[in-house]
Amino acid sequence: MGKLLALILAVITAVSAGVFIARVWWLPPDISVLGAGIDHQLGETMVASGVLFVVSQLVLALFVWQYADVGDNRPIKTFPGGATPMVVMATVLVGIEILVLTLVGTKVWAGIFLSPPDPNALHIDVQAEQFAYYFRYPGPDGKFGVPHPELIDDGNGNFFGLDPANDTTARDDIVSASLVVPVNRPVLLTLHAKDVGHAFYVPDLRIQQDFVPGLVIPLQFTATETVKKEIVCTQLCGLGHFNMRAYLEVKPPDQFAQWLTEQAAQ
Amino acid sequence: MRTKHVASFALLALAASTIAAGPAPRAGSVSGTVTFTGTPPKMMKIDMAKEPSCEKQHPTPVMTESVVTGPGSTLANVVVYVSAGDQPGPAPSATVRYDQKGCEYIPHVAVMHVGQPLEIYNNDQTSHNIHPLAKANPEWNKSQPAGSPPIKATYDKPEFIAVKCNVHPWMHGYFAVLATAHFATSDGNGKFTIPDLPPGKYTLIAWHERFGTQTQEVTVGESEAKADFVFKALPY
Repeated sequence: MGKLLALILAVITAVSAGVFIARVWWLPPDISVLGAGIDHQLGETMVASGVLFVVSQLVLALFVWQYADVGDNRPIKTFPGGATPMVVMATVLVGIEILVLTLVGTKVWAGIFLSPPDPNALHIDVQAEQFAYYFRYPGPDGKFGVPHPELIDDGNGNFFGLDPANDTTARDDIVSASLVVPVNRPVLLTLHAKDVGHAFYVPDLRIQQDFVPGLVIPLQFTATETVKKEIVCTQLCGLGHFNMRAYLEVKPPDQFAQWLTEQAAQ
Repeated sequence: MRTKHVASFALLALAASTIAAGPAPRAGSVSGTVTFTGTPPKMMKIDMAKEPSCEKQHPTPVMTESVVTGPGSTLANVVVYVSAGDQPGPAPSATVRYDQKGCEYIPHVAVMHVGQPLEIYNNDQTSHNIHPLAKANPEWNKSQPAGSPPIKATYDKPEFIAVKCNVHPWMHGYFAVLATAHFATSDGNGKFTIPDLPPGKYTLIAWHERFGTQTQEVTVGESEAKADFVFKALPY
């Protein structure tokens, strides 16, 4: 029986590792400038944790194979070297591993979250709400109207709480239910949540960021391919969470300019 | 024997009441046109990309409906009702139907008498969560997956209730709950007719979701009375 358990352990370990090595359920191809760094970091993390996983599981299987059926049912009274040093050592080792991974990964993370936005970045304001996203472009005047949460009126299309009656910069703001961006141009999103926590996740861009009500969270990316991809919410935000999505459309610069002109004309 | 007595009593009572009321006076009606002056706000295109089953039902994009205008500066979706002068009566037993179709509310404004049964249908291939934002009446919201039976509801107090869908933020409509059975909603040409109004003096109120209310006194005889309403429109 013990030998069978050891075999099952070994098989589970091999199959789990194989799924990752063969990249069976891997991420979609990267279409962003920062994606390569994230993929590299993800690879390092996978290798580090994967090697430890395989080694520890195989050692466990080996010990089960060796000692499970010895016929000695006496409980273990002593532990070689004592249990406390063993636990302390394991904790320290795992802690060091996580710390090293964090330090190495910080560079990539900071590249996304801590670097100042590119001066040429296209600034788009994002409102997330149960259960949709809305994207706001500053319009021909290049200025965003000031949002007033108390003026938000979904049924009349005022998702950002703009005040066009008194705020002339708000009159030409373009609001879209799809995120349309030009290819190869840095994009700066400022994320707002109207009601509860939401998330912005586009696996192809390798970015995933929460929306937090009350905070304005900047998020940068540069898309390198003209595609249409889904943006999904990955924070359970209510009964319609499953249906909270929008589309990211990356267009060539001329088509993007044309789209923007069409939107502004409406 | 007992049943027979009861039956004859009922017949007697019915005859007495008919005699007391006398022949019903010929009912008149009020009709008119609702127009606006000024510049109404521009309606916005609704983007339903996130709900493909609804988007494909609309070959041309749907616009927001808070101000629907017709030819000649006429105004649709204005509820005109008798606010004073008529006799309170029981709620009509006919069910008011409210549809969710193509991720829109149809009609945009559903008018009903206090206590009148209301049935809300989901005709879409997606879930809706209807949320009437009642203040005088109890507020509720109900989820309705595709293929669910209609939601039944009634409202006990007169109120104009904004309606939204908790799943599709662009969906927007109104329940107009009135204490009178005499009402009409202006059509795409701004025209309305309140039928079956006994002769008498009445106060009419015209309500528009964006432009507020207008009041007018009207005297109804045996022919059709006229009452036109003019709203002041603002672009923002």
